[in-house]
Amino acid sequence: MVARHSKAEVHPKPQAARVRPAQSRAADLDRLIHEPVRLGIVSALAVNDTMTFNELKELLKTTDGNLSVHARKLEEGQYVACEKYFEGRVPKTEYRLTAAGRKALETYLDHMEALIRATRES
Amino acid sequence: MEPAKVVSIHQRAVENLKYIRETMERAGSFTAVPGWGGVLMGVSALLTSLISSRLPSKDLWFLAWLGEAFLALAIGGWAMVQKGKAAKAPILYGPGRKFALSLCPAMIAGAVLTLVLYRYGLFAMMPGVWLLLYGVAVVTGGAFSVKVVPIMGVSFMAMGTAALFGPPAWANWFMAAGFGLLHIAFGIVIARRYGG
Repeated sequence: MVARHSKAEVHPKPQAARVRPAQSRAADLDRLIHEPVRLGIVSALAVNDTMTFNELKELLKTTDGNLSVHARKLEEGQYVACEKYFEGRVPKTEYRLTAAGRKALETYLDHMEALIRATRES
Repeated sequence: MEPAKVVSIHQRAVENLKYIRETMERAGSFTAVPGWGGVLMGVSALLTSLISSRLPSKDLWFLAWLGEAFLALAIGGWAMVQKGKAAKAPILYGPGRKFALSLCPAMIAGAVLTLVLYRYGLFAMMPGVWLLLYGVAVVTGGAFSVKVVPIMGVSFMAMGTAALFGPPAWANWFMAAGFGLLHIAFGIVIARRYGG
């Protein structure tokens, strides 16, 4: 199963943010990954081709329900793709980062670094 | 009621970057240790062992391996940067930097001991000391990396121990086997399993 819905939340344009004050830039943050569990999912998938639901749950020390909700939001935003299959008789859910998700993480990192620079300068 | 904790934007951004780095490190099927870089280092070490075995003096043998050490350092550093770039992830801030910093103490100890051994003309002991301390450096660096890296370090330590207790005439063979073949073998494993 691949991500099904269009982006549900507003995503920033970091280039436009470069000349504005830090407070204004902070308001532009990509809300979809600016949340610890979702940021954790995206970060973990950035260094792994795929990770299963249980691997992510263990890594992020979260509950089934919480992970499920946040993974679904990322899936809806097309930042991660999800595949469900059976390994023997055990159902598995596997996630991978999409190109849009990788780009969003890079943009988010740029944004954080720009914020740090801006607050240092001000 | 307790007042709400005020966190600056700067502090929040720093914490977010730290969280991303730590998550990537813990997710851990990636190592910043360069596999193909290791293979290149191994090939250059094999060539150096071939050349150095034909050199007429021990001083020249020593200089050849000193040159190889700097070349290997340059190859390793370059390959690590390339691997970080290819991963399109901020790997060099976290695991890569930790790996490089963890290598330093044993490498510095190796440099100091090399000076002492050179001063007393103990050339036959150099391969064992170099292999052993390089192994220690890789084990400490590999503590933050995937399992194969510390295993590679232990293999270098074993090779160094064998060289220290082995016949001095085999010194160059130990160098070829250690810095050459071990680098190539582990380099291929790392490159194929852990992203290049």
